[in-house]
Amino acid sequence: MKLVVVAGTPGSGKTSVLLHTIKALMKAGKRPAVVKVDCLWTDDDQRFSKLDIPVHVGLAKDMCPDHFTIYNTDAMIGWAAEKHADVVLNETAGLCLRCAPYPDECLAVCAIDVTTGPNTPLKVGPLLTTADIVVTTKGDLVSQAEREVFRERVLDVNPDCILVEANGLTGKGSFELAELVAEGPDVNDNMVLRYNPPLAICSLCTGETRVARKYHMGVLRQIDGFMEYKGE
Amino acid sequence: MKDELTLTILGGMDKDGVPEPVNSLEICKGEIIGIVGPTGSGKSTLIDDIEQLAQGDTPTGRTLLINGNRPDALIRVDPRRKLVAQLSQKMHFLADMTVSDFLHMHTRSRGKGPELVNKVIELANTLTGEPISADHYLTVLSGGQSRSLMTADIAVISDSPVVLIDEIENAGIKKQEALQLLAGEGKIVVVVTHDPVLALMASRRIVIRNGGMVDIITTSIGEQDVCGRITEVDNWLMSLRETIRRGEVVEGLS
Repeated sequence: MKLVVVAGTPGSGKTSVLLHTIKALMKAGKRPAVVKVDCLWTDDDQRFSKLDIPVHVGLAKDMCPDHFTIYNTDAMIGWAAEKHADVVLNETAGLCLRCAPYPDECLAVCAIDVTTGPNTPLKVGPLLTTADIVVTTKGDLVSQAEREVFRERVLDVNPDCILVEANGLTGKGSFELAELVAEGPDVNDNMVLRYNPPLAICSLCTGETRVARKYHMGVLRQIDGFMEYKGE
Repeated sequence: MKDELTLTILGGMDKDGVPEPVNSLEICKGEIIGIVGPTGSGKSTLIDDIEQLAQGDTPTGRTLLINGNRPDALIRVDPRRKLVAQLSQKMHFLADMTVSDFLHMHTRSRGKGPELVNKVIELANTLTGEPISADHYLTVLSGGQSRSLMTADIAVISDSPVVLIDEIENAGIKKQEALQLLAGEGKIVVVVTHDPVLALMASRRIVIRNGGMVDIITTSIGEQDVCGRITEVDNWLMSLRETIRRGEVVEGLS
């Protein structure tokens, strides 16, 4: 079983690129299954279902969506195996710029929208910097020079990644991505995360909603960068 | 090695999945070739296939060969090795950067030195009305200024042996001067156009219909003659336009 984790900011074109990639995988004789994770709502499963492949939706609701994805990775792999799939594509909600939900033994794919401008790669964080493959989308909406500058910025923060220029409307890049998926690593039982999660438990995690500073506990960081521990 | 550059387009499918009538086309160094056809017929799609040196992996299924061979993967993606420069229909920059910062990044991505930055700006200012300065933000440039900067950027930084140009006549810049700049010497130039002067300046033109290449027309001696005559008309219209732009009156011109 191969695991592909697809992350990227909302609207970056993850679903559209995946739909084309799944078609290319099926042409190549692979048996893909998809797990779509979102926070509150999604209808992407209907788009995937049209391809006649196993589709599963997970809504993180009150749980951190990246933690939800990580916690359910075993279950996703088990479910895909039951459905006789050989590749499970996990499309994450993909919105937290602090974390990255990539285990080591997976193919980590980050989709990023070129129209957001060449400063975006500097802001995205581990989602982008720890990915194996960076898929740039919507390049048809900007000039060639702008695509090349964007590419340079991605390589500044993730010099070892493979860059794929994709287009969710035409399917550009999907054959290349499907080939990389087919060559991806096999999962095992001892996977570890590539990037460390944030500092644990603050008062918001336990239900605090009051804003005033005096109500907050845990490992806290002030706007000037000073960090302190407040609590028992 | 550069001396022998040929580009071959092997046909794919039209919009209905039917093999296109022109199944092979070879373009040689120094040739200007036009692409004509109704709007929406697939002219820009053909340009995109050439830009990414399609290998049967685009929706049209076309394949591009360089000197008769399949190009290796790095030539397709690495800007330092790219053979193809493209001026698309895009009229605006989306990057929130100054002209200078952007051009510095672009020279770096193409493996060139920073001394080219000022050359690009100087050249761009010969094609446009109000001058562009290095500390302008890209997003405040007008359509014509953006397009002239993109044109100069291609001529100076993305100096590639194959140049693709999409509808330069709609760019609000001096189209013939821009074409001359981009064509340079001994390049392959592919130009999508609705403009009769530009279409007839090409030695051949590809006719596109319903997503497929349906015909190749070689510009005849008669057509070259027509081209000369409409160029005069065109230059006259251009001079009238410039006069009006300067805020002068055109009365009394013959």
